[in-house]
Amino acid sequence: MNTFTDVEIESITLRIDDKDVSCRKGETVLQVARENGIDIPTLCYMEGLTVWGGCRLCMVEIAGFPKLQAACATVCTEGMNISTNSPRLENYRRIIVELLLAERNHVCSVCVSNGHCELQAMAIKLGIDHVRFAYRFPHLDVDNSHDRMRMDHNRCILCSRCVRVCAEIEGAHTKDIKGRGVLAAIIHDLDQNWGESETCTSCGKCVNICPTGALTHRGTAVGEMTKKTMFLPYLTLMREAQP
Amino acid sequence: MNKTITIEGVTRIEGHARITIALDDNGKVSDAQFHVTQFRGFEKFVEGRPLTEMPGIMARICGICPVSHLMASAKACDDLLAVDIPPTANKLRRIMNLAQIVQSHALSFFHLSSPDLLFGMDGDPASRNIFGLIRDHPEFARDGILLRKFGQDIIAMLGEKKIHPAWVVPGGVNASLTAENRDLILAQIPAALSRAARALEYFHTVRDRYPAEVDAFANFPTLFAGLISPAGLIEHYDGALRFVDENAAPVADLTDPHQYQSMIGEAVEKHSYLKSPYFRPRGYPDGIYRVGALARIILAERCGTPRADAELGIFRTRLGRSPQSSFHYHWARLIEILYGIEMIQRLLEYPDILNTHVRSRARPNRLEGVGISEAPRGTLIHHYRIDESARMVWANLIIATGNNNLAMNRGVLQVAQRFVDGTHLEEGMLNRVEAVIRCFDPCLSCSTHALGQMPLRIELRKSDGELCDVLQRD
Repeated sequence: MNTFTDVEIESITLRIDDKDVSCRKGETVLQVARENGIDIPTLCYMEGLTVWGGCRLCMVEIAGFPKLQAACATVCTEGMNISTNSPRLENYRRIIVELLLAERNHVCSVCVSNGHCELQAMAIKLGIDHVRFAYRFPHLDVDNSHDRMRMDHNRCILCSRCVRVCAEIEGAHTKDIKGRGVLAAIIHDLDQNWGESETCTSCGKCVNICPTGALTHRGTAVGEMTKKTMFLPYLTLMREAQP
Repeated sequence: MNKTITIEGVTRIEGHARITIALDDNGKVSDAQFHVTQFRGFEKFVEGRPLTEMPGIMARICGICPVSHLMASAKACDDLLAVDIPPTANKLRRIMNLAQIVQSHALSFFHLSSPDLLFGMDGDPASRNIFGLIRDHPEFARDGILLRKFGQDIIAMLGEKKIHPAWVVPGGVNASLTAENRDLILAQIPAALSRAARALEYFHTVRDRYPAEVDAFANFPTLFAGLISPAGLIEHYDGALRFVDENAAPVADLTDPHQYQSMIGEAVEKHSYLKSPYFRPRGYPDGIYRVGALARIILAERCGTPRADAELGIFRTRLGRSPQSSFHYHWARLIEILYGIEMIQRLLEYPDILNTHVRSRARPNRLEGVGISEAPRGTLIHHYRIDESARMVWANLIIATGNNNLAMNRGVLQVAQRFVDGTHLEEGMLNRVEAVIRCFDPCLSCSTHALGQMPLRIELRKSDGELCDVLQRD
């Protein structure tokens, strides 16, 4: 009969911000840090979805590595010595968020997600009271063709959480990303209007998982859009519990 | 030798403007123009945005009267949704709109215009401002500040924010009134009424000191326009848009907002970014009309609340039914403050005011919508067109101050001809030119509050540009 004591769990010890911690083999730096109450900022990471490593906000310094590493995508190894906060990291994080704000039209005061937005909260947390880069003010579309939901490309930060939740949790894979660089954009099916999509099940997971006012319910006015993300850990738990 | 005087940075108004006064060879005023020098672009940049965002975006036109834009915008959106908003939401919107009118009129009268009245048009500019007022007339200044606070507090209690509340939404409002907040507002009514009454007493002691200004401050016959209730009472939120002539006789009633363009044309002048609306049946520029507190007071048979009606009686006994001088805007604003406070009380005492059904839900059911409401400064029109996905494709806004543009221009010329002597400049002359603008309480943009401390430089130049005389205020 198997008992817990029979299962061999390989554990790893490492240091994060001068704190000795241990974890199971295979865990990422981000997971271990959060388990130990150490906050590393993220925007594209979402527990329950595959790791994307796109936002680069979770970059950390690891002793012996010349380059910064993304905490969400770096698996812990024995003896690692990690620093999650330093003036250098703080500076880079500020630059990343400022570039996100400058890249599209993020006008918090009139956004439906004002007060409930992860990008806004991140900017506040990092003390960003102005943007040092020239705003691009691109002309971007608002896809209001879906009966219940809206895609506002002006507010999108291309974190791909909607793409992943659609493909990995709902299994529809309606959404994806087209183009590269600043021309990249979320699309539906073969770059059709959302309302014309053959594959969208209208489940609304993408809306709830979106960190900003890019994906919202139609009919919401300024500041009225709140997101409910509890479904994801619940669904993940249910899935893992299946034999 | 022709000369031009430029008043660059007109002070104690909301927004940025310039006045130019052209002088003939004898130093007499030959022409004067009021230029609004800022360009905003709201009609253009809302294109493509979802209609539900419109009240929130349009409110950003102004930091003084965002509520007015919320009202006109939300009404245009209600029209697009083709819904009747719940009766309680209608009353709550009216309360916020009246609170806005009270606070804005208090700002206009106490903070911006009363320094001219209490210290005199030729008074020392160093103290002819709100700070001088606080020093020399502390009780009066306190009343003004607290009346403004009264209005702002109501806005914050209803919409969580004093400026740019997101509470007014297409279909109604997004939160009902709590009994606690209703009682808090009601508790403030008696003090607010006393302050308004004291301000009127004060005003009566100074209003007769300025006969020359009454005579020359945009004192000419024009049409007046504003909303009016079916019973002929003063109205700020809904009702027909009525045009009356200089004798207060009705000329036209607009009952279908969609037809506003049959009555109002918009002319564009090269010298200003502000358009010049005119009453279309009379053509341009003969269709000059005025809006705002004075227009509403002239239009209405009566206010419908006891104290305001008593004061309106004094006003009409003294000035007649339809006084044409824009100097009387000040008095009209004080009457409206009184009316606003009384009406807020009346609305709060309705038994259904705490109902929680305050929002009608609907999809857009029309592609074109018009909302008309009364801002403190006058009639405000928002006209939207959307596509079938409820995205804005076109907007036209007629802002309250714009309606008065023709009258302000003519008023500036009249007062300049009366008071400005081009052979030598005196500060008091040019202050009067600014003061006539202040009578209209123009809101030229949103965020600027120049409290007499804004540097003002007036240059007198020959037509070839050579500088003759300079008047500098730091």
